[in-house]
Amino acid sequence: MKRSTIDIWVGAFVVAGFAGLLFLAMKVGNLASFSTAETYQVQAKFANIGGLKVRAPIKSAGVVVGRVSNVTFDNESYEAIVTFNVDAHYRFPRDTSAKILTSGLLGEQYVGLEAGGDGVMLRQGDRLRLTQPAVVLENLISQFLFNKAAEGKDGK
Amino acid sequence: MASAPIVEIDKVSFGYDAARPVLHGVSLRIEPGSVVGIMGQSGCGKTTLLRIVAGWLKAGAGSTRVLGESVEDLDGGGIFALRRKMGMLFQFGALFTDMTVFDNVAFQMREHTDLPPEMVNDLVLMKLEAVGLRGAAQLMPSELSGGMARRVALARAIALDPRLMLYDEPLTGLDPISLGVIARLIRTLNDSLGQTSIVVSHDVEECFAIVDYVYVMSAGRIVAEGKPDEMRHSGEAFVKQFVRGETDGPIKFHYPAPGYEADLVAPAAHG
Amino acid sequence: MWRRLRMAERALFAGLRQGLERLGQGAEAKIRRLGFAARFFVAILLNSGTAFRRFSLTIREIYFAGVLSLVIILVSGLFVGMVLGLQGYDTLQRYGSSEALGILVALSLVRELGPVIAGLLFASRAGSAITAEIGLMKATEQIAAMEMMAVDPIARVVAPRFWAGVLSMPLLAALFSAMGIFGGYLVGVKLIGVDEGSFWSQMQSSVDVREDIMNGVIKSLVFGVAVTWIAVFEGYDAPPTAEGVSGATTRTVVTSSLAILVLDFVLTALMFTGGNGK
Repeated sequence: MKRSTIDIWVGAFVVAGFAGLLFLAMKVGNLASFSTAETYQVQAKFANIGGLKVRAPIKSAGVVVGRVSNVTFDNESYEAIVTFNVDAHYRFPRDTSAKILTSGLLGEQYVGLEAGGDGVMLRQGDRLRLTQPAVVLENLISQFLFNKAAEGKDGK
Repeated sequence: MASAPIVEIDKVSFGYDAARPVLHGVSLRIEPGSVVGIMGQSGCGKTTLLRIVAGWLKAGAGSTRVLGESVEDLDGGGIFALRRKMGMLFQFGALFTDMTVFDNVAFQMREHTDLPPEMVNDLVLMKLEAVGLRGAAQLMPSELSGGMARRVALARAIALDPRLMLYDEPLTGLDPISLGVIARLIRTLNDSLGQTSIVVSHDVEECFAIVDYVYVMSAGRIVAEGKPDEMRHSGEAFVKQFVRGETDGPIKFHYPAPGYEADLVAPAAHG
Repeated sequence: MWRRLRMAERALFAGLRQGLERLGQGAEAKIRRLGFAARFFVAILLNSGTAFRRFSLTIREIYFAGVLSLVIILVSGLFVGMVLGLQGYDTLQRYGSSEALGILVALSLVRELGPVIAGLLFASRAGSAITAEIGLMKATEQIAAMEMMAVDPIARVVAPRFWAGVLSMPLLAALFSAMGIFGGYLVGVKLIGVDEGSFWSQMQSSVDVREDIMNGVIKSLVFGVAVTWIAVFEGYDAPPTAEGVSGATTRTVVTSSLAILVLDFVLTALMFTGGNGK
């Protein structure tokens, strides 16, 4: 076989291979959704983060506006510090509150942002004051059972 | 300079392992410009000797000087440098089966020199013309007959004008016409390009026709040497048997075996 | 009576010792071969200059290792993905989460099946061809002729094939995965009717570029090194006879398939169970 023919085939193969990788990264993976845009970093303290993971989405009104970048434990307040990057396109007031929510009954956990009414917008390095911890299913169930039991007693 | 031998082997011994020595104290000298034959039965050590000259195998004892260099003292790079001044024709040609005839001959020029493509083209065609196969330049080795393949391999071996040519059984397995062609090429290339050649062979008459001097080997030793004519009339028993191709002589027809009768009456021994 | 017993005992011990000796010799030969293979690997790395300086040599081998494996990789990928679509849907819909089909297809392909099956196919398609080619070059004295022409066959013949295999393998695995996801999409969305939007979005929210895709690429790269190393070594080490070359070709496929499966376990243990338990 002639060398130029081989070169064309190999070139096509390499292009196709990288196209496959790109397809995996953009269409299958989540590279497209965060890498290009600029972000600003915000922190929030939670009493309990449940099963929140690094790279979990940050949603507001159901739209993904950012991703969790880091989760650490605060030795003084014994709370979790969640750091997340918010896309620079999206701006939130300073008194925005953060909640840890679950998509569906057993789905993955995410951080939900609810905008406040302050005129000053959040900036890089700010910390959210108002947070609501994750609902832990076991606690919920035991609480429910406890209440039921208490009701039963009262009724007697 | 002219009188210094191209190859000088002094009391060289060699064995693949200690139990089976292949060469015992072989000595020979090869003068510039000559074609020297090394002859003997299969397995007598002549190919091993050729490989020692090429720096392929390291002799266990003795000294080997090739083109003025002591082969034993060279490292890998030195051996490669020495081999650039040598050409070798393998028994079946050993052409690169994934390249055309042209690329085969151009191989060394492209590997070892920075010659521009036009010059490589001219040189390759000249080498192919010398072996009469310029027309076959674009064929693949699989399309060549045995004799043609060997001529291409010869063109490839002389690509960089080596000073010393080594031929490993160049005449074996060829039809009479190809055999004559190769034999004549060995002689004419040697004389016209000012080479020195070593031909390892067991084809007695064809080899005698082209060589200046012959060493006859048997069981790892050189048993006789001289001009082809002297060999033909040698009184040495082995040489006589070898040159005339007699069935019995110092080399027995029968493989060593116990008594014939004893073997026949006790067939159970094999079961 | 006693004498016979003692004789039997002696025969038993002699047999036992012989067996142990043979076992020991076998193990010693295996270890020696492994040592030679390791030295050979280092020799390839040290002599890789030519493979990159004259890249056309490597390109030629990428054609034989990569391009010629393309058809089998693409077709197998498509069918594996389609089967994943069918089986995955069947299982997921029992739990009422059939829209997670995209996650299942993508994660199984990107993390495991893509690199592993592409590696196995590559070993039997390209690896065996490399072994047979080098083995035949050795048997027909082409390797010897090259050495005689002062050209190092490891630099000229082995290294370009090695690098071609190493470079081709990740691309083939990526194409296998991409094709498989397409196959899963065909069956899941087009045939069964899983919602197209949730198929892709669930997939995207669960497949991580670094955690899953990069690790898959690393796996395929490691498999590429292992398979091609085994293939070139078996070819170079093959006895120069017809049986020798055919035996080496078989060994290439068997050894490299085993190597892929073992390495896959090791890499998976290192990558996906470390720490954050994704």
